[in-house]
Amino acid sequence: MAYSDKVLDHYENPRNVGKMDANDTNVGTGMVGAPACGDVMRLQIKVNDEGVIEDAKFKTYGCGSAIASSSLLTEWVKGKNLDEAEMIKNSDIAEELALPPVKIHCSVLAEDAIKAAVEDLRSKRAGV
Amino acid sequence: MQKPIYFDFFATTPVDPRVAEKMMDCLTMEGNFGNAASRSHLYGWKAEEAIENARRQVADLINADPREIVWTSGATESDNLALKGVAHFYQKRGKHIITSKIEHKAVLDSCRQLEREGFDVTYLDPGSNGLTTPEAVANALREDTILVSIMHANNEIGIVNDIAGIGEVTRNAGVLFHVDAAQSAGKVPIDLALMKVDLMSFSAHKFYGPKGMGALYVRRKPRVRLEAQIHGGGHERGMRSGTLATHQIVGMGAAAEIAGEEMAGEAVRLKALRERFWEGISDIEEVHINGDREARLPGAMNVSIAFVEGESLIMSLKGLAVSSGSACTSASLEPSYVLRALGLSDELAHSSLRFSFGRFTTEQDVDTAVEQLRHAVEKLRELSPLWDMYKDGVDLDQVQWAAH
Ligand SMILES: Cc1ncc(COP(=O)(O)O)c(C=O)c1O
Repeated sequence: MAYSDKVLDHYENPRNVGKMDANDTNVGTGMVGAPACGDVMRLQIKVNDEGVIEDAKFKTYGCGSAIASSSLLTEWVKGKNLDEAEMIKNSDIAEELALPPVKIHCSVLAEDAIKAAVEDLRSKRAGV
Repeated sequence: MQKPIYFDFFATTPVDPRVAEKMMDCLTMEGNFGNAASRSHLYGWKAEEAIENARRQVADLINADPREIVWTSGATESDNLALKGVAHFYQKRGKHIITSKIEHKAVLDSCRQLEREGFDVTYLDPGSNGLTTPEAVANALREDTILVSIMHANNEIGIVNDIAGIGEVTRNAGVLFHVDAAQSAGKVPIDLALMKVDLMSFSAHKFYGPKGMGALYVRRKPRVRLEAQIHGGGHERGMRSGTLATHQIVGMGAAAEIAGEEMAGEAVRLKALRERFWEGISDIEEVHINGDREARLPGAMNVSIAFVEGESLIMSLKGLAVSSGSACTSASLEPSYVLRALGLSDELAHSSLRFSFGRFTTEQDVDTAVEQLRHAVEKLRELSPLWDMYKDGVDLDQVQWAAH
């Protein structure tokens, strides 16, 4: 399969790889996918007191397109507030990375990941 | 662009230059281009002579009589002819066939077709080491069993079945035994004077001969009958019509002869390369060899590497031509049916790689492969949330995954 240059770039030089403390009340974690399906994404966001995402980290088990989708996502969410981050669409990711039809599910997973991370953060905050 | 190093000799092999030369002598006006069925002139006689010489070369590789060799277009056709030809000829005796779940698709899909025609097929589960034992075959025999088809060596994991043992079981029971030897011929010894095998499939392009060329061994004593699947001029004693492809057949014969001469030395060399490769990677955590450790082809190494995904692994092994345990051509990854039949989880099946070493693999190639594989695994595990969790002591089987 031929990969787009952007997928290759994110795959070769993934941005914001890492892990944050999931128990930190300023950190939201979204983990989506399943090993048996061939991809698992863990996306974490850290918000400041103004509710703006100031840092994002990811780790992904999956194909090159899944890795690139989550890497791109971490770049995009930084500087956004939660409402804006939730608005990121899988189609935007797919378009930016020029994903072929069989790889669209990778971008869907990335959208699921940011939604899950935001939801985790909101429920944590509601609990405080 | 520099080509990746070839580690896929089980998928196909290049034609050996010594073989290519002999083939080229059978193509042009100046060469041996005649139709072996032309009985009235020298061109036909010369072609026939070359073809009969090749028949003897192939027969010698497996210690058979040349008259037991039927030329085909490859092991796919040989498998089809053996299964359908026997089933159709002997169907009045019974309609039960036994095979295994890890056969090549040429056998499995022929069986599916026979099921549609009213035959009953038992698909044996191999052991977790990939082997199908004579006992497993004996236990599956029925009154109406007419044929058992079990491969000699498996193309994905390289395990080698005890076909001599299975042959004892089938001969005692008066049941015919077909063996797909596409992967084993020319790599490990086969002696059909000793082994009680009735039909055996071969493919030239697995032993440095041309693609589109194969043979089916059909035993004469005790005699095995077949119903032809391709009808026409009655070539190959009526079992397979079609003008014989002199250059292809000569190529298969020459390749068989070289394989026979070099087999013993080559087996030692390939086994050493395989062990060198394994020594280079065996200290990586959570790496597993698939298939029996001992009963395997000299050049075969199929490994699963936990917590990294197969497609991304292949992607980062740009300098190596290897085969993966999953077909990622569709949106849903399809893990290999062979690895699943061994009981591997989908996840481990997804992260498996087949390295097959062959005549042109060098120690330097193997060292490069080890280096690139180690680098790729390190990089991908750094990226893998599963590896994190494993390192934190999380039991991944207990996690509730949000399926998508
Ligand atoms: C075990 C086995 N059987 C059959 C075949 C089919 O052989 P061919 O490509 O000559 O049709 C292959 C190779 O693809 C094989 O590995």
